[in-house]
Amino acid sequence: MIDHLPPLLIAVPILSALLILLVGWYDRRFCYPISLITILLQFGAAIAILVEVMREGTVRYHLGGWAPPLGIELVIDSFNSYILAVILFLSVATVVYARRSVEKEIDPEKRVSFYVLFQLLVTGLAGMTITGDIFNLYVFLEISSIATYALIASARRPRSYVASFNYLVLGSIAAGFILLGIGNLYVATGTLNMADLAVLLPASYGLATVHTAFLFLLIGFSIKVAFFPLHLWLPDAYTEAPSAVTVLISTVMAKVSVYALFRIVFTVFTTAYVIDTFPVTGFILFIATVAVIAGAILAIAQNDLKRMLAYSSISQIGYIMFALGVANQIALEGGLLHILGHAVMKGCLFMVAGLIIYRMGTSRFSDLKGIAKTMPISCAAFALAGASMIGIPPTIGFASKYYLVLGALEAGQWIYAAVFLLGSLLAAGYIWRFIEIAYFGDHHAEDRRQAPAREGPVSMLVPMVGLALLCLFLGVFVEVVMEAVRPAAMLLLGGA
Amino acid sequence: MDADLLPAVTIAIPLLAAVLIPIVGRNENIREGVTIAAAVAMLGSVLAMLPAVLSGSRITISLLPMVPGGDLALRVDAFGMVFALTAAVLWLLNSFYAIGYMRSLKEHAQTRFFFCFAVAIAAAVGIAFSENLLTLFVFYEILTIITYPLVVHVETPAAMKAGRKYLAYLLVGGIFLLAAVILTYILTGTTVFVPGGFLAGSGSALILQVLFLLFMVGFVKAAWMPLHGWLPAAMVAPTPVSAFLHAVAVVTAGVFGIVRIAGWVYGMDLMASLGLGIFLAAIASFTIVTASLFALTEDNLKRRLAYSTVSQLSYILLGVSMLSIAGMTAAMAHIPIHAFLKITLFFVAGAVIVSAGKECISEMKGIGRKMPVTALMFSAAALGICGLPPLAGIISKIYLALGAFEGGMPILLLVIIASTVLNAAYFLPIIHTMLLQRPDDERSLDSVTEPPLVMLIPIVLTVAVSVWIFLSPSMPFMDLVDIAIAEITGSVIP
Repeated sequence: MIDHLPPLLIAVPILSALLILLVGWYDRRFCYPISLITILLQFGAAIAILVEVMREGTVRYHLGGWAPPLGIELVIDSFNSYILAVILFLSVATVVYARRSVEKEIDPEKRVSFYVLFQLLVTGLAGMTITGDIFNLYVFLEISSIATYALIASARRPRSYVASFNYLVLGSIAAGFILLGIGNLYVATGTLNMADLAVLLPASYGLATVHTAFLFLLIGFSIKVAFFPLHLWLPDAYTEAPSAVTVLISTVMAKVSVYALFRIVFTVFTTAYVIDTFPVTGFILFIATVAVIAGAILAIAQNDLKRMLAYSSISQIGYIMFALGVANQIALEGGLLHILGHAVMKGCLFMVAGLIIYRMGTSRFSDLKGIAKTMPISCAAFALAGASMIGIPPTIGFASKYYLVLGALEAGQWIYAAVFLLGSLLAAGYIWRFIEIAYFGDHHAEDRRQAPAREGPVSMLVPMVGLALLCLFLGVFVEVVMEAVRPAAMLLLGGA
Repeated sequence: MDADLLPAVTIAIPLLAAVLIPIVGRNENIREGVTIAAAVAMLGSVLAMLPAVLSGSRITISLLPMVPGGDLALRVDAFGMVFALTAAVLWLLNSFYAIGYMRSLKEHAQTRFFFCFAVAIAAAVGIAFSENLLTLFVFYEILTIITYPLVVHVETPAAMKAGRKYLAYLLVGGIFLLAAVILTYILTGTTVFVPGGFLAGSGSALILQVLFLLFMVGFVKAAWMPLHGWLPAAMVAPTPVSAFLHAVAVVTAGVFGIVRIAGWVYGMDLMASLGLGIFLAAIASFTIVTASLFALTEDNLKRRLAYSTVSQLSYILLGVSMLSIAGMTAAMAHIPIHAFLKITLFFVAGAVIVSAGKECISEMKGIGRKMPVTALMFSAAALGICGLPPLAGIISKIYLALGAFEGGMPILLLVIIASTVLNAAYFLPIIHTMLLQRPDDERSLDSVTEPPLVMLIPIVLTVAVSVWIFLSPSMPFMDLVDIAIAEITGSVIP
């Protein structure tokens, strides 16, 4: 059974997406349970694969029995098994959260297509994560991207159409770059299998074709991960999408794009290439540090909770790219840890924002004064996840920040480490803004309308509180996570 | 119970209380009962470890692996015990006082208040019991965050502004501390405190000097000038919070950290060879004198006390800077001595607010006629800080004077003398106003009485403890300090 889990991880949810569509014609109420069960099954499979990989090593599967390089291969090693578990865990949290949120935000007749797209998005992302074939990766990227464009627009407000269209344009440009990059690699080597590419590429490291391919892939994926200054699609997309979609794309999709970038930079190309042949890590380190600071400053300048969190993501992506720029074992451990940490805390924060919108119909700061009185649990979750965002120990955010700085210092990047540390403090600026408004707003001024808001439904509260507590528990028991992260980082650097 | 677990239990007790307090928050009496019970239990747990520590042994417990550079681990040693014991005793007294204060003024959000208090005391004891720099940093940051809601408790725009200042200073300080901790780890591969220090020979003199500066900025909670601005700003908080900041935990954590760094990370010999003693002496002397001058100009009693704290904390830095046994003794002993005296003064300031609603010294004329015990206790504690027997303040002054000679810096004696004069200059007028002056309008004080007993008794008790420390200094504080000194000078390895 375990041997066939990898293809089932993609095949089953694609079929289930179709099933949702068919059953949805009959009765819309069946859509959600099918989606929930499918994603739970995927998560279970991901855990089984993670355990298998940690015990036995890399799992390979040849689709249709065709051996690579002719056929498509699914490869799950210590790196993507970790990512897979992370993204499917967050998918589970999101889908639990989604039900009530969707009931509020999506028209009943659109819910069938919503869940179909939702399922396709998760599937595309899971596919991107486990494929060992670079063109296959592109195909899954397109599946997930197109699903995302539609999901963002599904809020059916003028602004969400604009946001979706903007993302469509920039996402297509990114896809174009990526496709051209893949084409160039194929020209240079004659293969599309990533493992093969890694073997064949070093012979052609001098070729301009290869340099072009690398740059195209780097630019393309930098757009997809919203690496400053290529982030322009992100704030609108995150802000205008329905709450559940925001949670999913800000955690799962963003992390898979990061995964793909790491995969290409470190295992298709290698550290030898990005450090010696085509030295780009120093530049990335610089931009990443700028991203950390610029994203945080932009976040501080916002007047809307959801938009503020969106800009915060730009800053936090900078953290992960910082690891790529430093490119040593400890920093990469920090970066990979932050992929999990940021997904958990940003997922929680966007869930809070979604819940506030669910209750109040707005997430503008001016309407949220003293909201902690009416929504104490949500605001407490925000405070905890926010503390993690700032990097207060003993949260997960502290652990990843610590590893990143330690890595940078070990690499001798003193100045970047110092700037990064101070920049990371800017997170306190925007997190505290909401804390002040929510908790200490102005309880003296009673003239504000006392909205009859209460906490949201339990199915939205549970995943939110769960993620908030996870920020703390993962930070305290960080060593458990490191068991999975350490081999992954080692693999990226070409080790065992 | 296994004695090795006691350090963890000590920290777990207030945390458990913090969990219970919001749950039972609806019922005030049960909620306050939880606070008091936890305070008693924690004090008991600290006292249970005291005999072992006094006999020279140390209790170590490793809780969790954390990040490279240090596990989450606790170690109770003599110096940590000084801080923990001070904090535990004062938390109990402060809890009674806080209950009286908050109820008398009908303050809002009392559940939040007592919740934050409980977490903060856990963090303070965590700092005292930290086995390594990283653990200390973890608790230090928790202390910063959890005291913020206490500082902005009244939630006025002024309080929010002060809160931002508080957070800005302390979080930036925290980042510097983190940088220092990581740098220490990079240099030496460890962050575990070693009596006598472990940094020697790990880097060039310049790096170690810069590192010390990072540590100093990191321990901005010590409120040395010019990085003291957050402390007077934080005076907008309710008085029990001020007492907590000034005596029980926050500033104490700052100076505690600096002494720890000097004795257990650098070591006095290394400090001397790097010239850090003179650097520290300069900062401390400047702060002592300048802050006293600032205090002279303040009419708001709590703000004057705040500047007095800034000045007094630098006594501890001054003691460290002498890099001598007597100086170190003064530094360590001054932590509890100052804490017990200063908390009395804040308690009284709060009692005057509760009973008479007055915050400015100029309005307190003749208040001693109506609140004789309170005013008397204030006078006693104020004179104690000036160094008058039979209160404990004189002990640290004597050791400081000895240390100045021993450390070869007799010029520092001038600082101590100047400070004593200035102490008298800003305290004696208050005593004069309270006890001897007639009120402008006799009627205005008619409704003023002594504060409720639940506030008055802690005031009397803190003074009593100060007298007791003077009469019997060895038990337990000076004994603990002696053991700690023996540890770091290597004269006795316990």
